[in-house]
Amino acid sequence: MAINYDWPSQSETKILGKRFNRLDGPWKVRGTAEYAYDRNLDGMLVARLVTCPHAHAKITAIDIEPAKRVKGFRAAEIINPVGTELQWTHQEVLAIAADTEEAARDCANAVRVSYEVLPHWMGDEDVKKAGEHNRVQPAEDKEDGDVVKGFEEAEVTHEGYYGLAMITHCCLEPHGQVVDWKDNGEIWVYASTQAVSRISADLAKSLTEDDRFKDVKANQIRCITPVMGGGFGSKFNIDTWGVACAKLSKVTGKPVKLMLDRREELAVAGSRPSDFGHIKVGAKKDGTLTAFEAETWSTGGVAGRGAPPLPYIFQDIPNRKTRHLNVSTNTGPARAWRAPNHPQAAALTMTALTDLAAKLDMDPFDLFKKNLGFTPRAEVYSAEMDKAAELFGWKQKFHKPGDGKGHIKRGVGMSIHTWAGRPHDSTCRVSIEPDGSVTAALASQDLGVGCRTAIAAVLAETVGLPLDVVKVEIGDSVLPPSSASGGSTTIGGVSASTRRAATHALRKLAEVVAPDLGVAADDIAVGDGKVFAASDPSKSLSWKDACRKLGTKTIAEMGAQPARDQGKLNDSGVGGVQMAEVSVDTETGIVKVEKMVAVQDVGYVVALEQAESQVYGALIQGIAWALFEERVYDQMTGAYLNADMEFYKLSGIGDIGELVVHMVQGPYDDRGVIGLGEPPAISPGAALSNAVQNALGVRVPTMPMTADRVLAAIEKGGLS
Amino acid sequence: MSLKKTPQDQDTAASKSGFSRRLFMQGVGAGAGAAGVLTSTAEAATGDTQPVGPDPVKISLRINGQAKQVEVEPRVTLLDACRNSLNLTGAKKVCDRGTCGACTMIVDGEPVYSCSMLAIEAEGRDIQTVEGISSSDEKMHAVQHAFVNNDAQQCGFCTPGLVMAAKALLDHNPRPTRAEVEKGLSGNICRCGTYVGVRQAVLDAASRGGRRGD
Amino acid sequence: MQNFEYIAPTTVDNAVKSLGSEWGTTELLYGGTDTISLLKERITTPSRVVSLKNVEALHGVSKAGSGVKIGSMTTLSKLAADKNIAKSYPALVEAIEGIHSMQQRSMATIGSDLMQRPRCWYFRNGFGLLATSNGKALVPNGENQYHAILGNKGPAYFVSASLLAPALVALGAKATVAGPDGSRQVAVEDLFRIPSSDKERETTLKPNEVLTEITLPGTKAANATYEVHQRQLFDWPLTAASVSLKMKGKTVEDAVVVLGHVAPKPWRSSEAENALKGKTISEAVAAEAGKAAVASATPLSKNKHKVQLASVAVKRAILKAAGVSA
Repeated sequence: MAINYDWPSQSETKILGKRFNRLDGPWKVRGTAEYAYDRNLDGMLVARLVTCPHAHAKITAIDIEPAKRVKGFRAAEIINPVGTELQWTHQEVLAIAADTEEAARDCANAVRVSYEVLPHWMGDEDVKKAGEHNRVQPAEDKEDGDVVKGFEEAEVTHEGYYGLAMITHCCLEPHGQVVDWKDNGEIWVYASTQAVSRISADLAKSLTEDDRFKDVKANQIRCITPVMGGGFGSKFNIDTWGVACAKLSKVTGKPVKLMLDRREELAVAGSRPSDFGHIKVGAKKDGTLTAFEAETWSTGGVAGRGAPPLPYIFQDIPNRKTRHLNVSTNTGPARAWRAPNHPQAAALTMTALTDLAAKLDMDPFDLFKKNLGFTPRAEVYSAEMDKAAELFGWKQKFHKPGDGKGHIKRGVGMSIHTWAGRPHDSTCRVSIEPDGSVTAALASQDLGVGCRTAIAAVLAETVGLPLDVVKVEIGDSVLPPSSASGGSTTIGGVSASTRRAATHALRKLAEVVAPDLGVAADDIAVGDGKVFAASDPSKSLSWKDACRKLGTKTIAEMGAQPARDQGKLNDSGVGGVQMAEVSVDTETGIVKVEKMVAVQDVGYVVALEQAESQVYGALIQGIAWALFEERVYDQMTGAYLNADMEFYKLSGIGDIGELVVHMVQGPYDDRGVIGLGEPPAISPGAALSNAVQNALGVRVPTMPMTADRVLAAIEKGGLS
Repeated sequence: MSLKKTPQDQDTAASKSGFSRRLFMQGVGAGAGAAGVLTSTAEAATGDTQPVGPDPVKISLRINGQAKQVEVEPRVTLLDACRNSLNLTGAKKVCDRGTCGACTMIVDGEPVYSCSMLAIEAEGRDIQTVEGISSSDEKMHAVQHAFVNNDAQQCGFCTPGLVMAAKALLDHNPRPTRAEVEKGLSGNICRCGTYVGVRQAVLDAASRGGRRGD
Repeated sequence: MQNFEYIAPTTVDNAVKSLGSEWGTTELLYGGTDTISLLKERITTPSRVVSLKNVEALHGVSKAGSGVKIGSMTTLSKLAADKNIAKSYPALVEAIEGIHSMQQRSMATIGSDLMQRPRCWYFRNGFGLLATSNGKALVPNGENQYHAILGNKGPAYFVSASLLAPALVALGAKATVAGPDGSRQVAVEDLFRIPSSDKERETTLKPNEVLTEITLPGTKAANATYEVHQRQLFDWPLTAASVSLKMKGKTVEDAVVVLGHVAPKPWRSSEAENALKGKTISEAVAAEAGKAAVASATPLSKNKHKVQLASVAVKRAILKAAGVSA
């Protein structure tokens, strides 16, 4: 068993890149998976937040006394003291703990908070009006080449207005945690988090800012998150409510549960910024792009945010000028939302290019192909476009925009995307017991993407055992640390640390077993539950017999990402193509998804079925933000009107049509593992918007493409 | 639907004497004090003329075939009673407004949003929760097997609700079409986007008859 | 949710006696999910909740002459499964099927559907039924994309939430209401009113009255419901229309056209009805009736699309009832 970390070829693998069930499936379908929200500890109290009903206000007084008279009251912790200026609706004021959930609500309701109401601003799309209210700041100006010249060279120019509304994560398990501050000083945090290894330091730092808790050390704190109910980029930190929950646990001497309610979850726990803008593109008659200009603006709440990367993918268009403005609104602030800034960039770029294609009388597929030289991975996109077109029937389905009889019109659209997905830091410990049992242990987390299952797959393949006999321990900060799950970094990190740790552990086993088989340790190989000599497979032991040689010793070896002894285990940078077919009822403006195809490369696929599921999920989320989702605020009162799941609309099972996912396997396997969370979440909106444009012959400029927006576009286009 | 007769359906002394306006006003005006005047028991919960609460009331819930005693205020929902008092946490609280289906339970054979049914209203009814349809990871309901085999769960927070809705659908319609599956499960929302697997899982379970523990 | 005392009487009389004579002191549970949501939001904070679940007389469907009687506690799933209803009243069944969610249909009753409060998001956010802040109406220049386009001269701008009411009105249904002074019967249409102050509700019931029964007359009229949904399944209609067409041969002798989700009450359109009388149904005739239905619409700043959607819903309901494909 020479140390060789490289991934085995998928023509030889038993597990990696193949289909298998996720390990935690049975727990989830049986309701036995224990989420933070499900923890019911002995003597546990329940805490609720008191939040600000105004979009912008200064706290002038807080009176907790009435709450103290409520039966069951235990304690309150101020989060934002008198004098604080609160900048969005439902921003936290304090947390209050009581014996029961009902009592906690009564207590929260009894608290009296006085405010000096300050002027607010909610609107983001009308940038002129926002400017009149002093709510616009320049964020980024960029110029490359000479756009004036570029547009002079263009034989056809298109200018259009595009945009998409601010949305929110709407994790089904809300943000929150149970904190059990024990008598012995240990602080156990059962958190719904995507950053198990970060919570200890994060909470300790926040607690020490309060004199009462200034001696708290990170090593008192343990975060436990075996499963969690969705994060999508919004659950990296302990947050004010987590800190308050810990304090309440300390002062009451009881475990305390504090989970946001749905309204709070939608209002304060993260948003994806909007983006709107005027896009101008120029091309030669043959479709060769010559210039790109964009003036865009967006809101991510009161604070600024980064500009979308424009022009998206076609980043080397010769002459480019982009300007981005931030609109400051009193709305719950932005947090990372699958592929920050990329879905917006795609929705601003792929749409304008498709409209340019219409003006050129070209199939956008051909326009995209013609200009792939301006992208960083022309060959990848070209091959993936061909594959997608084949699965989708693009050439049979594409028609001139607006062609089609009757009031139900069909149309097709496409978009391409990229994401880095480089591996995060991860450490893993693999142990082999004398009875043959094998465990990978690392403090990573499974957001529902199948991380636990992927780790098991790497471990099982490496040690040559079936998937269902290896054990994976994750979601506990006492285990070797792994970074937060964000930016599609997890799979690259945990697969590499697990692979290395398992390889190291095997080497130790080989060293014990080799003398018995009469070969050198370098000659030992594993597979099919056997440990054998590579030079002479007849010299073999069953896995169990081999491990029995350990006597009373347990092997426990570490592996890390990054590591000095690299091995080609991972990489960054993927492509991806998506196509969409819709039917639009031109009398009602209702858009229905008929079919979507996603072709996605991620290097070396670890767990095929879970990878596909993640892409399906991205398409379904994309359908929601392309067609339904938006935060609706009332300008006059600042109220967040649809902070519920009835009018903040997500896709239902009837909205998805036929979805086809193709994971590219083979051509890029030698690049190693690359992350998948973000890439497929980028293109759905652009592809769907383009499909509606193809159906109608007019652009519905902004998403979500609700009936009112579609009918307005039809009317404006003179089609009704 | 007709409700089962309870002993309290017979005329009680209170109803014979008539439920007076005055007594009612006492009840309202006295608030918590009313519970002191009036019987606060399980029997009274189904009583005709005497209110119970607002203090906790002892009620008996038949859950997964077992009688469970809980003491809850009348305002406590079936979901909260199960999650907070009985530690049955399979059903999830997500929208808490009868929209998303994560709290789905089967009551008297019909799927319901347990977040929007008072626990006291569920007394005397047959309540099935996700905990009641399997006994181990190996011995699962056909719907659950099919969910696992079709990778129909990601974060899993919507999953128990979808499983219960799917079970209720198949109980009523053992061989649904794809369109019927979509309609049947339209009252459940998944954020991760597992519907492709879910749709396939229900069709798979249907072709195996949707029988228990296959 | 503010705590309350709870009572579940077994007779209508006792239910009536359990109710307060002012709105807000007591709430009735007809079985649906809406009241629980309103309690959770503290939109209503009664000190007593009166459940009708034990009033056996209110459960179930029975024949009444050539028509049917439906107890107010009959669940929508039972109602949709009733053979007599399915045969004669497709408009009603289609309205129920439009709800899609199995859970909602097995919990909601005909009473809870009719008595549910408006979904207006200002109302649900605590700005009152008339959606005001510091005396100013919020809807006309606010987020009114789901609000009324008819009957919206103010001060009410919400749309009636009942999903079954348009069909019941189109079918000529009557409601039986029990109160302290006995029972009365009113047309379902007259259960609803447009309130003129925040102290009023959107129904004509008194606080201590109970909706006990819906009576549907026998009908040979062709009838149908059409709803426009943003999401394909389980979504509130953007607009809805129910129609009933009494035919004489191929000619419409009489018509009832009722629009839903366009006004603070189910909106009967005599304009559309007149446009149909004496005509043979064709797409052009149906489209004319659709246009007539919205001729007097006065859209607000963000709901112009609902004018079109209401017109289309009427057209499609007519074609569906008449069995004419569009």
